[in-house]
Amino acid sequence: MNMSSNGQAAGKAIIVEGVGKQYHIGLKEDRHDTLLKSAGAWLASPVRNLRQLRRLSARDDDEAEDVIWALRDVSFSVDRGEVVGIIGRNGAGKSTLLKILSRITPPAEGRVILNGRVSSLLEVGTGFHPELTGRENVYLNGTILGMRKTEVDRAFDEIVAFAEVEKFIDTPVKRYSSGMRMRLAFAVSAHLQSEILLVDEVLAVGDAAFQEKCLTKMEGVTQIGRTVLLVSHNMQVVQRLCRRALLLQKGRLVAEGAPATIVGRYLSDALAATTLEPVELGRQVRMNRLTVTQDGVPAGEFLDSERPFEVHVHYDILEPVRNLLLGFNVVAGDGIALFRTYDMLTYGLGERAPGAYESVFQLPGKLLPAGHYFFEVVVGIHRLRWLSKGDIRLRLNLGGTRETDVDFPGVMSPVGSWAVYHNGDREH
Amino acid sequence: MKSEQIVIEPVRGWQVINWRELRDYRDLFRFLVDRDIKVLYKQTVLGFGWAILRPVLSMVIFTIIFGNLAQVDSDGVPYAIFSYVALVPWLYFSTALSASALSLVNNTEMLTKIYFPRLTFPMTPVFSKLVDFAISFVIVFVLMAWFRIMPTARMIYLPLLILLMMLTAAGMGLWFAAMSVQYRDVKHAMPFLTQILMYAAPVVWAGSLITERFGQTGRILFGLYPMVGVIEGFRSALLDTGPMPWDMIAVGTISALVIFVTGLFYFKRMEATFADVA
Repeated sequence: MNMSSNGQAAGKAIIVEGVGKQYHIGLKEDRHDTLLKSAGAWLASPVRNLRQLRRLSARDDDEAEDVIWALRDVSFSVDRGEVVGIIGRNGAGKSTLLKILSRITPPAEGRVILNGRVSSLLEVGTGFHPELTGRENVYLNGTILGMRKTEVDRAFDEIVAFAEVEKFIDTPVKRYSSGMRMRLAFAVSAHLQSEILLVDEVLAVGDAAFQEKCLTKMEGVTQIGRTVLLVSHNMQVVQRLCRRALLLQKGRLVAEGAPATIVGRYLSDALAATTLEPVELGRQVRMNRLTVTQDGVPAGEFLDSERPFEVHVHYDILEPVRNLLLGFNVVAGDGIALFRTYDMLTYGLGERAPGAYESVFQLPGKLLPAGHYFFEVVVGIHRLRWLSKGDIRLRLNLGGTRETDVDFPGVMSPVGSWAVYHNGDREH
Repeated sequence: MKSEQIVIEPVRGWQVINWRELRDYRDLFRFLVDRDIKVLYKQTVLGFGWAILRPVLSMVIFTIIFGNLAQVDSDGVPYAIFSYVALVPWLYFSTALSASALSLVNNTEMLTKIYFPRLTFPMTPVFSKLVDFAISFVIVFVLMAWFRIMPTARMIYLPLLILLMMLTAAGMGLWFAAMSVQYRDVKHAMPFLTQILMYAAPVVWAGSLITERFGQTGRILFGLYPMVGVIEGFRSALLDTGPMPWDMIAVGTISALVIFVTGLFYFKRMEATFADVA
């Protein structure tokens, strides 16, 4: 078995055989309705906590009820020099697969064979330290990614030139603009000299011009015969770079083939999006699904930041309820809470009769800059209790179309208007 | 083109250490140590002055409280230098141990995003904290000149004691680091624990007290805590408080080795789960 699979592996860069990975999610907490019971539970909580924490690393009892399989029975192979895209919805197992391939976490079952040196770009700039200079960070980051010092030496000038930070290379990175920092981080990653490259969504850095440069760089990488496995939510990128695509769904490989076909199938699935299983929040509300539309048509996770879009919450009211608060925390990808909004701003706090509801929130265009955002569903009864405080979330990717490489730092797009007068006359 | 093959399979039970891989990543280790040293005193007024100020201030406080008020016996040398000579290895040990123990929980971002030998994390402070140690050590000679104390020939054993001190910090650091990923209690227990460990070691009190109170058996039992031998050894070599406590150093070395080796195995066993539970 071993001999034969290694034998046919001559032209293969990556062979994945029946790989699976399960996680223990920790059992639901018991609810206590009397003070005495809660006090008892509180006293016993160290014992319960210990049991729960121990389970986090347990690897034996596959069929226990708190086990979820993030990935199951996935097999495929990638030829040397091939560029393969992996697509699928959030939670489909894409990142777990890359984490296994890059040895961050071991699989629970199955086997992976990698022929050649591997480097992974799961996140650019990991390990960057704000107090260190650009030069020091290039070396640190390069060695973290698996380069030897001599390799960084050789690629150094090219990295700095690619990132366009020559003048600031001996300045602490904390004085860099966010754009400069990302450019430098990507430049280090892009110059890794490994035969197999695992890429997770890192092409979504910087402004439009730099993204274009990164894509061109990636195309260059693929032309010199390196094997690339690419995870992306950006279907254009997948179609432009990849020769083949794999579609993951709920941890299983459901389709593979030409990118256009696979992307088409993914999008048609995504449009019918049920972003979550129906879930009951207390006795009163059942959350059914979240959907997103832009320009009146269903949209995937990718949206244009220049135009308005809508997030629809589909839910059932099971019992008459007053003072219902239902809305979103809008959170930037780096965790900064931007604002919270409730549909009571329109609906008020009066009683809602049982039945099917849909609350639609529209966000105006040109408000948030490109990047990814979380819409966390918050549901509660005013001054009484929370029914859901943000653990149901929707990840959205806003893509920019602005054609400039000027940096606009901040959590909002530049809003407001300018007028420019030259010697007293308005020029713009 | 030489091509290597990597096979990834499920990980269960005890693991061996992949020395070849550690060697491949030695540049990373160097840069991590380098980063630790460079970053530590960035944007401070005193900079490396802190490496001197911390032990000196502790010495002043201890001298007032334990030397003057409580009249703790200091083996016939001035209490100030008696406590300072102990504080130098002690502060190294406690800062290296805490940094090592928290190295994984403070770097979960790297842990879940990139693969590299995890052992580099807890081992980094063991080396980077030597800089502070060296700086504060210089003050020992200033104090010795001030109190007119001549060092003894036993100073040649200091490198041995320093190695033992590093081994102890590394071994305990490995244990706590591996535990801390799953049990964040370590993070909260650490400040408290180092304080207990300080009073358990002869930092503010004299090691001769052990023999007085508990006899020879007591000495050996206390010696199981390797920092006892290290601190008493420092005092013997620099302040001539007595002969080199070889019995305690021997027992301490054995226990430090046991802690280190078991720590390595425990760390490797837990390693597979780090990215999942971090």
